[in-house]
Amino acid sequence: MGVPRLPHLLGIEGLSPETISGLLDLSETYIDQNRSVAKRRDMLAGRTIINLFFENSTRTRTSFEVAAKRLGADVINMDVATSSVRKGETLLDTAMTLNAMRPDAIVVRHHESGAVNLLAQKVNCAVINAGDGQHEHPTQALLDAVTIRRRRGSLEGLLVAICGDIMHSRVARSNIHLLQIMGARVRVVGPPTLMPTDVDKMGVEVHYSMKTGLKDVDIVMMLRLQTERMQGSFVPSISEYFHFFGLDRVKLQYAKPDALIMHPGPMNRGVEIDSEVADDLDRSVIHEQVEMGVTVRMACLDALIGGNRNQFGAET
Amino acid sequence: MSGKIDKTAPPHAGSTAYINARIIDPTGNTEYLGAILISDGKIADFGPNLFASGAPYGIQSVDCQGLYLAPGVVDTRVHTGEPGEEHKETLESAGTAAAVGGITSMVLLPDTEPPFDDASLIEFVARRARQVKLANMYAYGALTVGLEGKELAEIGLLTEAGAVAFTDADHAVGNAQVMRRALYYAKTFDALIVHLPQEPTLSGGTMTSGEMATRLGLSGSPPLAEVMMVERDIRLAEMTGGRLHLTKISTAESVEAIAAAKARGLRITCDTAAPYFALNDLAVGDYRTFGKLVPPLRAEKDRMAVVEGLKNGTIDAIVSDHRPQDQDSKRVPFAQAEPGGIGLETLLPISLELVHAGHLTLPRLFQLLSSKPAALFGLPGGKLAKGAPADLVLFDADYAWKIDRDDLWSKTKNSPFDERPVQGRVMATIVGGRTIYRDDSFGAVTAAA
Repeated sequence: MGVPRLPHLLGIEGLSPETISGLLDLSETYIDQNRSVAKRRDMLAGRTIINLFFENSTRTRTSFEVAAKRLGADVINMDVATSSVRKGETLLDTAMTLNAMRPDAIVVRHHESGAVNLLAQKVNCAVINAGDGQHEHPTQALLDAVTIRRRRGSLEGLLVAICGDIMHSRVARSNIHLLQIMGARVRVVGPPTLMPTDVDKMGVEVHYSMKTGLKDVDIVMMLRLQTERMQGSFVPSISEYFHFFGLDRVKLQYAKPDALIMHPGPMNRGVEIDSEVADDLDRSVIHEQVEMGVTVRMACLDALIGGNRNQFGAET
Repeated sequence: MSGKIDKTAPPHAGSTAYINARIIDPTGNTEYLGAILISDGKIADFGPNLFASGAPYGIQSVDCQGLYLAPGVVDTRVHTGEPGEEHKETLESAGTAAAVGGITSMVLLPDTEPPFDDASLIEFVARRARQVKLANMYAYGALTVGLEGKELAEIGLLTEAGAVAFTDADHAVGNAQVMRRALYYAKTFDALIVHLPQEPTLSGGTMTSGEMATRLGLSGSPPLAEVMMVERDIRLAEMTGGRLHLTKISTAESVEAIAAAKARGLRITCDTAAPYFALNDLAVGDYRTFGKLVPPLRAEKDRMAVVEGLKNGTIDAIVSDHRPQDQDSKRVPFAQAEPGGIGLETLLPISLELVHAGHLTLPRLFQLLSSKPAALFGLPGGKLAKGAPADLVLFDADYAWKIDRDDLWSKTKNSPFDERPVQGRVMATIVGGRTIYRDDSFGAVTAAA
């Protein structure tokens, strides 16, 4: 199996189907390790990975930390909320400072679109985008893909509905890219105020109703209503939103009888998803997504800084 | 670019003949091989037959070697950092960049710190221009106090102090009542109001709305934000009879709305800036902050409509919209970056693309760059006429070079045209008969016969 080699992982857009398949294959090789008692390997022993999170995230940061530690790397979590960034240091100064400590990889989450690309231009280690503004969240799309592939065998030909706050969602953008690169068809479903302009030009079908949007789909991906990003009134109220766009038993019936329910988390129960469907073990793969998150991040670290080759990393 | 700035050139005295030049006469809409005679800083004579058999004895003459000689560029939209942000651009550094770019007159925007909403600031600019001794410098007065769009600035007193027009720079006046009163009141002094038409409640995004913004995950300002304000302003100008000039037109719908207003006989004029006919929103791909401008770079169809508006006369003038930003303002995530690009040195070569592409003739281009803006703002330069100031640019229209931000003379390097190959280079810039800039490749050919 060919392990893909990348300088950075900044987004899904532009990746080849072969690279994505390679990363998914590699991810699956770590599942047994993660489920065994002895979870730790030493393949990244001696490597230093910095988790640089400008935006609060317990789940993603923990997932990256677990992934790095299971491969034997040393992990440092930069808590930006109490760092010099709050004292006015610029993003690039922070990047250069950390770069001078010679890490092998920096995992970055930032609230501005493009911030991770900017940072990657200024450091000479591998950079992984753990979510930048409303742009991309590549490891989320990869873990969603592994989850789907394990349940359905392949992504090719599947019909996937991504529902909710598309406009503010980096998860939606990364998934739109990945699913289409791998041959799936994508619908986006939500109110027009939460649809980005010209999103149809990205190749997706746009639906403003759950009834038509979920019709005959294989996968229902729900997105969190990102209330913290909403600068104005995009929807009149939470209860109205849930009434028309929240996933419940009734709306789920529009999808295929065996359609899988996915959610990147954290869920707002009663806002975009009803507890009854979220906790339905026959349909919901939400916990499996979290499990695959660790394997995918292990694969990404391996692809970027593992092995003896490190094209753009600290060894060169 | 390698050339020499000469601030020390004394006031022009006596007579100088520029012979063997391809003369561009925008107001006459012609070009021909001929000569221009300058006496005591003013144009004394010009024409195809002047000195056809050589310059007369006793007159200093400059052999232009067949290069183009045109009225200097009149740039009516220049941001500097003086006063307030001198680390970005001073009047001297802007004057230098202007000289290198063939710009002989520029009108400075009032969005400095403090803004030009007080007569003393207009006098400050005039005094500094006399010290700097480069391009002619004029100043806008603020349209409203503090450029806040609420209370009218002292339009009458500012006019007396020398303000040539009124604007809130890159701030749109969102309140229709304020704009209505401004247009009415300015009639007292026949003052020109220059407005950037952008509906503020719709134009808060960081780039133009559309597929590119959606892919990059950046908030969008729709093209609609512009035409809505254009249409409002047209109605207000019609009702008040005020003199309105809309600036930085960037969308197809705006060009169409202004063409319709002009067809109805309304006294409305407009300009566009070089980026809007030379670039589209692809220039901000990969989050290039040098391409972050106000208004944002638009789609290709809008760019083409702007070119068409320049061709058919809907758009009256071209500006540089020079807006310096330092590294700290641009080397940040896109949404946090300050908008604006420098443009004094690139205005002429970028505009010459319109000629090379066959869209405009050279005399037409210099109507847009020189004679029309000068006439609109009531400035003395920008034309070939006996008694007019000898403000001229000598250039090689075919000289090929590549824009390199590190070679630009501006204090900051935020050019949206960095690395663009262009054709056309200024060989000399003459203001009031004084040669304030000369390219190294244009030798000292002055000969006192």
